[in-house]
Amino acid sequence: MSGLQVSDLTVKYGGAHPVTAVDGVSLDVTAGETVALLGPSGCGKSSLLGAIVGIVDVASGAITWDGDDVTEVPVHRRNFGLVFQDGQLFPHRSVARNIGFGLEMEGLPLDARRERVEEMLTLVGLEGYGSRAVTDLSGGQRQRVALARSLAPRPRLLALDEPLSALDADLRGRLAVEVRDILAAAGTTAIVVTHDPSEADVMASRVLRMEEGQLV
Amino acid sequence: MPVHARHSRRHLLWWSVAALPLAFLGIFFFWPLITVLVRGLWDGGFDWPGTWAVVVDPRTVDAVLTTAGLATLGTLGSLALGIPGAYVLYRLRWRGQATVRGIASVPFVLPTIVVATAFTALFGRSGPLGFLGWDQTVWAIALAMVFYNTSVVLRIVGGTWAALDPRTADAARTLGANRRQAFTHVTLPALVPAIASAASVVFLFCATAFGIVLVMGGTRINTLETEIWLQVNQFLDMRAAAVLAILQLLFVIGILAASAWARRRRERVLGTRTVDGTRAAQRRDLALTIPVLTVLGLLMAAPLFALIERSLRTPDGYSFDYYAALFTDPPAAVLPVSVWQATLNSLTTAAIAAVVATGLGLIVASLLARRGRRAAVLDALVMMPLGVSAVVVGLGMLLTLNRVVLGVDLRGSWWLVPMAQAVVALPLVVRTLVPPAKAIDPRMKAAARTLGAGPTREWATVEWPLLRRPFGLALGFAFAISMGEFGATSFVARPDRPTLPTAIYRLLGRPGPENIGMAFAAAVLLAVLTASVMMVSERMRTQIGGDL
Repeated sequence: MSGLQVSDLTVKYGGAHPVTAVDGVSLDVTAGETVALLGPSGCGKSSLLGAIVGIVDVASGAITWDGDDVTEVPVHRRNFGLVFQDGQLFPHRSVARNIGFGLEMEGLPLDARRERVEEMLTLVGLEGYGSRAVTDLSGGQRQRVALARSLAPRPRLLALDEPLSALDADLRGRLAVEVRDILAAAGTTAIVVTHDPSEADVMASRVLRMEEGQLV
Repeated sequence: MPVHARHSRRHLLWWSVAALPLAFLGIFFFWPLITVLVRGLWDGGFDWPGTWAVVVDPRTVDAVLTTAGLATLGTLGSLALGIPGAYVLYRLRWRGQATVRGIASVPFVLPTIVVATAFTALFGRSGPLGFLGWDQTVWAIALAMVFYNTSVVLRIVGGTWAALDPRTADAARTLGANRRQAFTHVTLPALVPAIASAASVVFLFCATAFGIVLVMGGTRINTLETEIWLQVNQFLDMRAAAVLAILQLLFVIGILAASAWARRRRERVLGTRTVDGTRAAQRRDLALTIPVLTVLGLLMAAPLFALIERSLRTPDGYSFDYYAALFTDPPAAVLPVSVWQATLNSLTTAAIAAVVATGLGLIVASLLARRGRRAAVLDALVMMPLGVSAVVVGLGMLLTLNRVVLGVDLRGSWWLVPMAQAVVALPLVVRTLVPPAKAIDPRMKAAARTLGAGPTREWATVEWPLLRRPFGLALGFAFAISMGEFGATSFVARPDRPTLPTAIYRLLGRPGPENIGMAFAAAVLLAVLTASVMMVSERMRTQIGGDL
């Protein structure tokens, strides 16, 4: 089948108090679809997302894309993007050089890189902001840059980890609609993690609920 | 009483309390410093040609190049070991880490003369690594500087690294960066300000490592500081010494300016948010952890082992003979008194220096607790000895205070020794006491006042109980620093009344295995004394204790 398939995935954290954060979760995301993962904080949804993207180690289970097993593929070769809750922009790089980071890693020539960065700035409504320092941006602008940065290398799957929760309520409502439209325009397959049901309804075509490490 | 009159009376009171530390610094620091400047530029008139002749003298040029070269080697070595070490000791978490961190900070509390003696024991002709032929080479000196300064890099870079958000590197990974690219493009740029700041501090310490170069450099390797010492003690050319001191002063000011610049950048990049970025070590981390800890361990253990081993190795096999000899009177040509007497001299002068420095420091800290322009001025004045090499302080005191001051005959007086040591210790004492003094909420003092306590009782019942432990810590620091102080002391200590560090230096310079062996034993004694004082005072450190 085409798209993402997660089967019987388990994530455990060791240390003094071992925890099973994700407990045998299976889910499918069809190409082009946006799925929301809804649940209270600490239910394991961020761990699940991290495991899919590859920044969290998997204890057992499998992750496949278009039928290919990617469980053992290192994060930078998976071509799955991730938008962090707090953006995680690189403070020493300008807006344009943040958005161009993934393209730089691909080894894309400068001209093509510039063109794509401009395209992304337009997509997220930040034309002319390319040379700004990311430290001068507002919270909403930062998340737009984070979204543009993740979309720029054309990931086959985009994971968004509470992308709007650091913003104030009013802005959150407006940006949720915008993010949905941007994802639709880019035609990206996406998983959004959130604890806000209305946000999940706005952004996603399908909502999965998670509690204590399991889908319910 | 009108408001402005009350205000100016309070102003007067503040300055009259500040007068005591300022008078002390004026007599024992600023006056000597100005004397050095004048002596370097003035000879019956403004004598620029005379000054310039010293500056362009091949010996001077050589000393400047050696100072810069050695400091560069020492700094690069400390970074090469300290940066991976910071990762292993601060970014990763593992059992026993706290102990290893504690051991890694030991070299920094050892007096320079002990470090120099230990490396002489290691690389000297009869030393365990004597076959390398590194004795009296820049390599051995640079290694001693690395031994001394790696802990500085560990602490500064490790502190920043532990607080870096690991998810920023994760973000780079999701964008297609491999491990190495994520490090060079994201983690390293975030560490650069801390690395630059550590590098400038280490460079400063290396450029003022007088005792190490004097002991290990022999006759061939001279830095600005040892050249000053030679001009005073061998060529008796005070003018040249003063010019060299001015060069050393400019050198240090340059480093401090670079360091201030690096610190400002560090604060800007670090921003407001810090997180716990440490992670538990895993099996795959062993590939880095084992080599780093092995190199760190060897570098630290080898010289200390060599020092202890050679202090016990006599021509008749291993024994405590050299230790026993510390209590007997050596031939007068070697030392005028026994090493034990020199130890008592050191304990006495260090006790006086510690009491003077901590007493003045307490006054300064109380005055600095409330921010303001006058506090900033006082702070800057009190910190200035930190920016002047101890050798320059010693030279200045030698040039200035060999006379009758305020009716007290200071010529050759042993009183100069504790005063010089107090000048050197004062900035560190103030830095230890100011943060806890500032942490006392003014409203708490106000509360005491509303409950009927006058200014004196308020101080005795609120401030003093809260400052008592930091005071103990500062007292211990000041004592340990004074015990090991060599740069300034070597200029003002009288030959017939040596301190323990100057006695060790004398013994190292005398021929015969007997004298060298006693020097090793005396260095062990000095190391044990200072390290135990430091350990006892570290226990005084409280949550609100200062950062050093």
